[in-house]
Parts: sequence; structure tokens; C-alpha cells
Amino acid sequence: MDRTRVVILGAGIVGSACARELSLAGFDVLVVDRGGAAAATTSHGEGNILVSDKGPGPELELARWSRRLWPEVLAGLGGAAEQAEWQPKGGIVVATTEAGAAGLMPFAEAQRAAGVRAEPLDADALRAAEPYVTRDHTAAVSYPEDAQVQPAGAATALLSGALAAGAALRTGREVLGGVVRGGRLTAVRTTHGTLEADVFVNAGGPWAGELAARLGAPVDIRPRRGEVLVTTPLPPTVFHKVYDADYVGAVGSGAGDLQTSAVVEATLAGSVLLGSSRRRVGFDARTRPEVLSAIAAKALRLFPSLAGVPVMRAYGGFRPYVPDHLPVIGPDPRLAGLWHAGGHEGAGIGLSVATARLVRALLAGEEPGVDAAPFRVDRPAVLGTEASANDPHHAAQAGGRAEEEEA
Amino acid sequence: MSGRLVPAGSDPVRRTERPLTVTVDGQAVPGVAGQTIGGVLLAAGRRSWRAGPSGARRGVFCGIGVCFDCLVTVNGERDVRACGRRAHDGDTVVTQSRQAHGAAGAREEGP
Repeated sequence: MDRTRVVILGAGIVGSACARELSLAGFDVLVVDRGGAAAATTSHGEGNILVSDKGPGPELELARWSRRLWPEVLAGLGGAAEQAEWQPKGGIVVATTEAGAAGLMPFAEAQRAAGVRAEPLDADALRAAEPYVTRDHTAAVSYPEDAQVQPAGAATALLSGALAAGAALRTGREVLGGVVRGGRLTAVRTTHGTLEADVFVNAGGPWAGELAARLGAPVDIRPRRGEVLVTTPLPPTVFHKVYDADYVGAVGSGAGDLQTSAVVEATLAGSVLLGSSRRRVGFDARTRPEVLSAIAAKALRLFPSLAGVPVMRAYGGFRPYVPDHLPVIGPDPRLAGLWHAGGHEGAGIGLSVATARLVRALLAGEEPGVDAAPFRVDRPAVLGTEASANDPHHAAQAGGRAEEEEA
Repeated sequence: MSGRLVPAGSDPVRRTERPLTVTVDGQAVPGVAGQTIGGVLLAAGRRSWRAGPSGARRGVFCGIGVCFDCLVTVNGERDVRACGRRAHDGDTVVTQSRQAHGAAGAREEGP
């Protein structure tokens, strides 16, 4: 019997995770990327696997499912899992203002009701957990389920798992357009010839919108830039993922101007990563000193003792932003054969394994671990049919979800 | 002296043979004026002075200030790239460790 042929467009963490799941499910899988594996957004973030920054709703359910899947998926990767640098270190959200505290505590209460472990910390408990965090705080909540990976390592481990299960990888091939026969996408034209398949999965990250447009079925996924500062390797200074709660109290927006929110964490190598920023500047990758300065200033508010620590480099990347702040996972109703798996904004590393499992469930007719309907492609925000995608009140209307999340 | 040290007559940076001494973790290490601290350490046969997360040894890797693998504390200043800091007579060099704060060479991070 001929196996269903799947071409996955994009070898970032979402494409890699999809390749692994679909190969294990018996599909004939080819992964194509215009650059290299894990070379773009995947290797330009922080490797967050978070439940702490998500309010009750479908994205939180996807995140909780993904958090449960990660250890199981890594265990199935054998020795390759080591490069993922899995750290179930937990997150701590710290409020530094009364407004931040007033937002954080009810947010955590709602998360607890949804099944998230969100444990308030008094001053002594915070001090014990993070000895160097500012004493000038108004509230703190611990989220033991938060975790971290080295994202490029995690993606290549997943890709290795896919290749071991029979998938193939072709890099350096850019998709130029699609071949449609009888209303069905039957092939994609690339810089290195035409690839035929039964199913095409758009895992193009922030380029998913452009890629979908080339295939004739545009989706509103756009880049949203973020930057991270990297300190020299330090003795242990930051023990959890620690971030400022101010965003919880603020009304989320889809604004394109600069927003910053302190996110501080250490890597296994000892460097401390300081984030985060959000700007909508297209694919303009130029580093802006005032952005780095704003990030550093907010990080110092959380960890005053980091003053004077050398920053050895900064990097930035593009998040795949969707106006309604929900991932886009499933078949495209306008073009048979085309599927989408993306639009995770800053949460794609964490959500990758559940996204892949969901794609597998939908394609193979298995029971998904979450309701797939909220992530369907057929949404006004995704198809670009909303009156104004830039409406600053939009995010609040979409359930008051927190705007500032992972870097 | 190690074979790593280019003879002064053929050194394109026109190094003098003016000697200097730095201390490394309290031990006197001889060098010559013009060398970097990394150069002094390598010429003295020391190839590594830090450890990576796996415990693997680290020293001069790139040698051009990019990788930050050669960090040392010089005269109390932490995180100096040994490959780029010119050695001066009497410099006090302390190797850095991943030990918790309060250990030798660790930054004073306390409140």
C-alpha cells in the first residue's frame, strides 16, 4: 500500500516535531527548508516551555498538553535528547508594582482553577528561591511546571528522531509556488525542482504568511521582533525563569511600537539571558541600541546585582504573530492538501510537540489531547477578514490574554 | 619557556624582551611585555583555566575576543578576556569557577 506523502515546509522546531510525529505514524515524510535546520526563529529565542504566561483558554490547554508530552518525547529520542538541555527549572513571576501585584494574583488564581500549579511566594520564600532577586517586590508566584530547553538543540534532536523514523531532509530549497490540480495542492515548486505530495504542512514560522501567499492561500502570520542580551558565564545567580508581572496587569495590545518586559534566566553554560522586547518592524533585523538599553534597564529592576556584569552579545529573532494570539493548526479550508502548523508567537518551542501531536491526530484520525477547533485555520484573524487587525483593543476582547510573554 | 613563544627577533609585533611577572591564583608566572594575559598563560604551558558545564576544560578558543571562553579575573575585575588584555607587571590574575558566590574569584553579588 502506498503511504501518504507529506512534505513539511520548514525545518524549525515545529516542522521538526511534525516530521517526527508523522514519520512515527507511518507517513512518508520529507522536510524542506530554504535555509538550514533550526537556523531561523528556532535558534533566535530563549527555549521557553511555559504555562505561567497563559491565562485559561485553548492556548493554556495546548501548553499543558505539550508540557506533559515533552519528557515523554525526549525519552523517546535516546542519546539525542541530551542536546535539548531539558531543564524543568520552574518559573517565578515577580511583581514590582502594586498594579502588577493586583493583576498577578487573580491571574494566578484563574490559572489554578484551570489546573496550573501557581504557588504564591512570600518574601522569605522568594528570597530562598532566588537570593539575588530584588527585595523591592510586591508579589511573587512560583510556577513549578515551567521548563526550558536549548531550542536549536531540541529542534535538531526532534529532527534526528524524524530521520531515524524514516523522514528525509532537504535544506537550501525555497518554495516558489504551488501546483494546484482540481482544487487540490499537488506539488510545490522550489528553487531545486518540483516536489509532489498528498499533504503539505506550512511550518514556516514568521515566514508562514508569505509562504502561504505563494501557495495561493494567504494566512495573517507576521513577524514580531524580539531581542535578548547574553551575559558572560556567571556563577549561579538566577535559578528559575524569572519575569516581571507587569504585563499581566497591562491590557494586551497588538501595537507595533516597542514593548519591553523583563525576562531573566540562566543557561546551562552559565550565561544569563535578558529579555524581552516586542516590535513589529517587518523583517528588519537591525539591532537598535535603545531596545537593548530598555531590556537591560528592566532586567536590572528585577536583579539589581546584575549591574556591572558584562554583556557579551545580543541577538534577536522574529516571532510568528497572529492578530488573535492563537496558533494556527490544521487543514486550510480553501485549498485541499495544504495544512498549517504555526503562529505560536513567542511560545513555539514549548508548544511544538503538542502542535505536532495535534497535526498527527487530525491527519491520522486519532483522538487529540485538546480540542482542535480554537486553532482552526478558518478564523477571521487568520484569513485576514477582520475589520482591523491592528485594533489595540483586540487582544483584550479576545479574552484579556496577557500580551507580553516569552521573548 | 614553551615552544609557543615566537622568538623576539621574528615577532612581527616587535616585542621587547622586557620581562614581567603576573600572579595566577597566587603563583608567579613570567612573561614579556607586549603579551596578552592569554599569551602569558599559553607561553607558560597553561592551556586551560576554566571549565564548561560538562566539566570540559576551557582556555583560549577563538583568541580574538568573540567566544568569551578565556575569561579570568584581573586585579579584581571579573570576566576579562585573557586573549585581549595586555599583561602588565604585577597583574593579579585569578581563574574563575562556577562555584556559588562567595567562593574564590566569584563576584560579590550579595545585596
